[in-house]
Amino acid sequence: MKFGIMVNEGPYTHQASDSAYFFTKAALDKGHEIFRVFFYHDGVQNGTDFTTPPQDDRNVVKRWSELAQEHDLDLVLCVAAAQRRGLVDEDEQKRHGKDGHNVAPGFRISGLGQLIEAGIQADRLVVFGD
Amino acid sequence: MLHIVNKSPFTTTSLESCLRVSKPGATILLIEDGVYGALDGSRVSDTVRAALADRTVCVLGVDAAARGIEGKVLDGIDVVDYDGFVDLVAANDGVQSWL
Amino acid sequence: MSEAGATKKFLYINRKAPYGTIYAWESLEVVLIGAAFEQDVSLLFMDDGVYQLIKGMDTKGIGMKNFSATYSALGDYDVNKIYVDQDALAERGLTLEDLQHLVWEDENEDWAEKDSIRLVSRDEIAGLLEEQDVIFNF
Repeated sequence: MKFGIMVNEGPYTHQASDSAYFFTKAALDKGHEIFRVFFYHDGVQNGTDFTTPPQDDRNVVKRWSELAQEHDLDLVLCVAAAQRRGLVDEDEQKRHGKDGHNVAPGFRISGLGQLIEAGIQADRLVVFGD
Repeated sequence: MLHIVNKSPFTTTSLESCLRVSKPGATILLIEDGVYGALDGSRVSDTVRAALADRTVCVLGVDAAARGIEGKVLDGIDVVDYDGFVDLVAANDGVQSWL
Repeated sequence: MSEAGATKKFLYINRKAPYGTIYAWESLEVVLIGAAFEQDVSLLFMDDGVYQLIKGMDTKGIGMKNFSATYSALGDYDVNKIYVDQDALAERGLTLEDLQHLVWEDENEDWAEKDSIRLVSRDEIAGLLEEQDVIFNF
């Protein structure tokens, strides 16, 4: 089965990203396909490359990056939500004259159409949020 | 249909709305802080127990254990793991997350 | 349920009040983008989501962009199935008269103006949920 996952909250403040991560991992382990993980609202903060969590706690961002690499996942940060919250890739950096870019490996910034497409193409869309 | 509730019944109306709107035959999965809805002896236990008559209610075991309530869940509530969560989503045509 | 390859039934559920959090506005942004994909779209307002449709909002004092007009534009985007939980309204001391009058123009009936808002009971909401292929919550 093909799953679309929507993550509406950022790392640490809510459990949503953790729940989504464990669900995604379990689905992959069971042989399902993850069409896309789409991060919206504060969920775009899951894609920040500048996170430095304490050593004795999980690294939510890195965990997603590693899962993406291991399974060739498509992790998408909504561009409108990202612009509001300061998630910037190299294109956005150039376009808006920012000092740097901060999207973690495995994530890409794209439009809400990617979420709609996930709804159309996946067999199931599961939403994690507040 | 699968309904997912992730908030305590004392914080939001999510569980209440879910119970009012879910149909007989539906499955309700309590995750994150939603697992508190599975606790026996609370102000909402009777409502949840009544739902068990025509719906399936499950609780995500790891979330209940994290909150120290795994042994205090209402009789009749199934405990599932993330594999079970995935299976529930696959088995149900619709998924509603009561955020 | 719709068949594979056919249009899917998309339901966007709004259960949160506007302005105290961003969910109301950002969910509308999804609806507007989604309108271009020509799926079978419905919106449902229940719980505190019914507050989003109250008319006469004035956000100047809080310095936030007033997005009330976006709801009235939904008809132009072919989003005309807007379900409102009548019990949620009543619990909150509201009636249909407190809400914006949302309309759409039916090209199949000489562009006759029709109401987009349909008040629904909880039983009807239960049925609506079961019909959907994809349900978004914010």
